[in-house]
Amino acid sequence: MIISVASGKGGTGKTLVATSLALSLKDRDRVQLLDCDVEEPNDHIFLKPLITGSEAVYIPIPEINEKKCTYCGKCAEACVYHAIAVFAQHVLVFPNLCHGCGACSYLCPQKAITEVGREIGIVEWGHSDGIEFAHGKLNVGEAMPTPVIRRAKAKANRDEIVIIDVSPGTSCPVVESIKDSDFCLLVTEPTPFGLNDLILAVETVKELGVSCGVVINRAGVGDSKVEEYCLREGIPVLLTIPLDTEIAWLNSRGITLVEGMPQWKESFTELFDQIREIMNARSGCLKR
Amino acid sequence: MQEVVVLSGKGGTGKTSIVGSFAALAKSKVLVDCDVDAATLHLLLQPATREKHEFWSGQVAVINEEKCTQCGLCQEHCRFAAIKDFKVDAISCEGCGFCSRICSAEAIAMKENMAGQWFISDTRYGSLVHARLGIAQENSGKMVALVRQQARQMAEKDGADYIISDGPPGIGCPVISSLSGVNVALLVTEPTLSGIHDLERVLGVCHHFGVPALVCINKYDINEVNTRQIEKFCLGQGVEVAARIPFDNTVTKAMVEGLPVVEYSRNGVSHAIEALWELVSKSLTI
Repeated sequence: MIISVASGKGGTGKTLVATSLALSLKDRDRVQLLDCDVEEPNDHIFLKPLITGSEAVYIPIPEINEKKCTYCGKCAEACVYHAIAVFAQHVLVFPNLCHGCGACSYLCPQKAITEVGREIGIVEWGHSDGIEFAHGKLNVGEAMPTPVIRRAKAKANRDEIVIIDVSPGTSCPVVESIKDSDFCLLVTEPTPFGLNDLILAVETVKELGVSCGVVINRAGVGDSKVEEYCLREGIPVLLTIPLDTEIAWLNSRGITLVEGMPQWKESFTELFDQIREIMNARSGCLKR
Repeated sequence: MQEVVVLSGKGGTGKTSIVGSFAALAKSKVLVDCDVDAATLHLLLQPATREKHEFWSGQVAVINEEKCTQCGLCQEHCRFAAIKDFKVDAISCEGCGFCSRICSAEAIAMKENMAGQWFISDTRYGSLVHARLGIAQENSGKMVALVRQQARQMAEKDGADYIISDGPPGIGCPVISSLSGVNVALLVTEPTLSGIHDLERVLGVCHHFGVPALVCINKYDINEVNTRQIEKFCLGQGVEVAARIPFDNTVTKAMVEGLPVVEYSRNGVSHAIEALWELVSKSLTI
């Protein structure tokens, strides 16, 4: 079962929820935590995993054999990303623009193009206190996180409980992280910014056909419009975490909520049980 | 004309609240929201839309079922696993067009993709260029480039002194697109271990692209040990800490009222942001 933890707005507490949920379930189930916020992964700060393995993530980029090349220009014509420019006696490749689709090498009539790997990030894995852990890290200066997310997600084992920490926003990295999830938890805060981005996130998960529920963090900070929205839209609010200086203090020091305040563990196991109930009810509906 | 972009790496550190206040403080400027997939600056600036445009970007493959012979070549070659059972998953399709070029039955067409909308709006603080990327769309980097280009044209036309840009979180494509060629990046961080980690990475991106950076520590009093660690780190990197802003719930209250915090209340937060803008604008005139 894959549960992704997303938000739309950044800084609402995705990492807090993902790490505490994983820690709360590890004594009764096998749990994997995959940090797919590959631009700014933070789960390792909280879980301090022992890293036991890693692999670099490459995307294939073209390498031109100018001995074979006739400068016909078919590769440049085929590349919609403008990653290849062909001049009278020279070919230029712009690796940062290449998506690695492979069209140029396949279509080159002279077979003058081979693909070589360009490293754009890394996936590391290991374990922390009984939790299987993996995260992806995009190299600084690189633009494309999705190939790194794909590699990190390849570590998912659906037979276990897989918790995926997602980056903020609603565009390609978020979609790549959430798709194929069984459920998506949307963490928000009760403020106008939180609501605005929650609505976008709900639209995104609907587009992907993934059921969702909401966690309201820092309850008491703003207004009641997030709750009103969830009620109106029939989106279950599965957990509410109050605005609390002790929680903020723990979070600032990289201590998970359930470690710093163990009384919260029950709330997170209940959160999971509610998700399972929703999933069971849903599959019951589908069967009927 | 000088351009400042406000970035953070980590989301939710206060970029938009600070940009909203800069909007109220700066005299002659064009505002631009580069967080195109989760834009919120408009919630503080209450814009009236002057112009609305469609943003067409990229393509998506479409298979003509009548022509398709189900040979499977497209599925075999698609690197993005976007074709399953001879149907295109538009969300996974990256629009490379490889499938369309190799289809022997000429059954695959590439269709232009409407990736969102962008707007030029009037606010009581001046013009705002902003956008809304379509749900689950790609090309956020191109859209950022577009809104920045529009803001630049407008600033040139109006003779504005500054472009003030609210950036996206992270370090990937839209961040790089919002950063290239700006005069200074203001990096807003918070004194949490996550905030520090993410600051280091986004500062790395600034260095990578040769953009000078200033740092602002928001909610600095949440953990003053961490605040000192950030200051030490910045000193080591030769980056100036331009402001320390205290935690204060009036920032959220101002947001609920739809106002920049400097207009909502006079307190430690508003004083710190005023001093910050003074420093940022000074760094831009040098």
